[in-house]
Amino acid sequence: MSASAGASSNVFYVEGVAFWSPSLPGWPTARAAFRGEGAPVDPPAKRPAPEVLAAAERRRAPDTVALALEVAAAAVRDAGREAGTLPSIFTSAHGDLGVNDYMCRTLATQPTLISPTRFHNAVHNASAGYWTIGTACREASTALTAFDASFAAGLLEAATQCAADTRPVLLVAFDVEASGPLATVTTSRGQLAGALVLAPEPGEHTLAAFEWSLSSGRSMRSALCSDAARDLAGNAMADALPFFESLAMGAAEPLMLPLSPYLAFRLVPVSFRSSPLAS
Amino acid sequence: MSQPVLPIQISAYTVTTAAGTGKRPLLAAMREQRSALTANDFGPEPLPTWIGRVAGIESAPLPRSLADWECRNNRLAWLGLAGDAFVDAVLEARERHGAARVAVVLGTSTSSIGATEDAYRRLDADGRFPEGERNPLVHTPHSLANFVQHALGLTGPCVTISTACSSSAKVFAAAERMLRLGLVDAVLVGGVDTLCGSVLFGFNALQLVSPAPCRPFDAERDGISIGEAAGFALLERSGGSARELQLLGYGESSDAHHMSTPHPEGLGAERALDDALARAGLDASAVDYINLHGTASTKNDEVEAAVVARRFPAGTHASSTKGITGHTLGAAGIVEAAASLLAIEHGLLPGTVNTRLLDAACGAQVRIEPRPNADVRIALSNSFGFGGNNCVLVFGRSGESPRA
Repeated sequence: MSASAGASSNVFYVEGVAFWSPSLPGWPTARAAFRGEGAPVDPPAKRPAPEVLAAAERRRAPDTVALALEVAAAAVRDAGREAGTLPSIFTSAHGDLGVNDYMCRTLATQPTLISPTRFHNAVHNASAGYWTIGTACREASTALTAFDASFAAGLLEAATQCAADTRPVLLVAFDVEASGPLATVTTSRGQLAGALVLAPEPGEHTLAAFEWSLSSGRSMRSALCSDAARDLAGNAMADALPFFESLAMGAAEPLMLPLSPYLAFRLVPVSFRSSPLAS
Repeated sequence: MSQPVLPIQISAYTVTTAAGTGKRPLLAAMREQRSALTANDFGPEPLPTWIGRVAGIESAPLPRSLADWECRNNRLAWLGLAGDAFVDAVLEARERHGAARVAVVLGTSTSSIGATEDAYRRLDADGRFPEGERNPLVHTPHSLANFVQHALGLTGPCVTISTACSSSAKVFAAAERMLRLGLVDAVLVGGVDTLCGSVLFGFNALQLVSPAPCRPFDAERDGISIGEAAGFALLERSGGSARELQLLGYGESSDAHHMSTPHPEGLGAERALDDALARAGLDASAVDYINLHGTASTKNDEVEAAVVARRFPAGTHASSTKGITGHTLGAAGIVEAAASLLAIEHGLLPGTVNTRLLDAACGAQVRIEPRPNADVRIALSNSFGFGGNNCVLVFGRSGESPRA
């Protein structure tokens, strides 16, 4: 076998950004708070009711689905894209912890009374399913996890799809609070979701661009700069926070997102207006 | 439409199902048209159904050094890795490329949720998990790939894909992209799913479980039989050697229809098929064998049979091997990839075990009986999951692909 064929650099262009947590319900609020220019909302926002879902499902859907579809729709809108044209990557460390708690609780007591709807909502790709149904999207969708590196792994998969097939993709990342006995072993507080539309070329909606590569060796998660981000650090999707802070700041420094104790996703912000790397 | 991709070399593969550990017992069951399903005896209150249970998991604890990862799913992963000297192939790849250049991409539907279910039955007085069962790395879906990466000393990208019953088919697509971009030099793909209360009682709640051994595409089929399995493959960029087994293409799509029933006209399935053929640079007429998703649920088989009937010539041999293994859910993709590779390697066109009378929806392609001594050059494998998540894989051999 020949050596690596991966010498050439890959770049993705961010053209849609969305963010949601109860204290930062929307990217404009989150961006301002991460920049130290605005405050989290008080009282915190209630669970979003994404329009992608049918009216009845807006109330019944699991929290993860409500969060994921809210940010997915906002990012696609921000990018000026049609949802139905985008392959999607959904990443979550734990999936819907509330549904998992329900399933395990019911199985321990009255297993034959399991709700069929809650069962199919327990699959890790439930949000991806509701998204593609709600937007009539027949493109590929995937759902993945990499424990505490789930945002980095999702961003790597999104960047890989974007580069491999040179087409824009949607990344959606979310985790919710651990509840019930599961909270004994699973640490996740509050609700946190973010979404990005990545494109292989710069366009009129491009907000930022990153040259990316894998970097082996131990790396630490970047320290958070803002109180607003630090308040969300207990969520299982917290590895997304350094990236969203960097986007908010328009930071020029390279960013290392740990993929594991042995490997990091290295992101170098690059200039995109002249787009020398896009040719 | 997707562009053709370069073939990816399948350097090694293995599969463990209810038929036994390693490729040989599955091949034998395919040859002998034998079901490995047994009456359900899983868990404290077994439902009246049949299951594909892997023997010996209970008496095969993980090695002491891996004891922190104990659960049925990781045990089955470990058991499966030992099949066909697969671990040796991975360790050689690690040596050849370096641990950081080998990725781990594994699929699972429920991962180690069985361990979480067990803990809920034995909560302590404060409603907490029992002492000794509080490893956060076990009670989470990434447990599978995380465990396998750790156990094999690999340090490249590591991710668990969980898209229900297409999970361990989609790992091939993710791996091809990583190899194409040169992010890594080898990818350990595969999938593991184990029997647990969630799937047995969950599919039962959806009224999709048969009280008898499943009969895919039978006119009187009445639901699925759930199975457990582990399977793995080692993928590398093609080395150009003669007659190497290859992944020729893959297609991925969404139904955009319903969370737990397929699109009535199979539009998502057909789109995945088109995408797979486009990436493989092949015509439908080049396909010798199709390993169907064929769960024996009323709706899946009806829709899938119609897609095959309208898209393939009558001479294409199509079958479901779920009558042998049961529906192994998140492991179905890799199990049926292995069945397809066995078909190519051994010139065996598998039949559809347990099925007596084919549904009228089936075209001439769907076969009950196996056919030995066949020339199987191109094999396709269908995997469709909840959420309308579809994946079709195309396998072949170098030097034999009638590429357009």
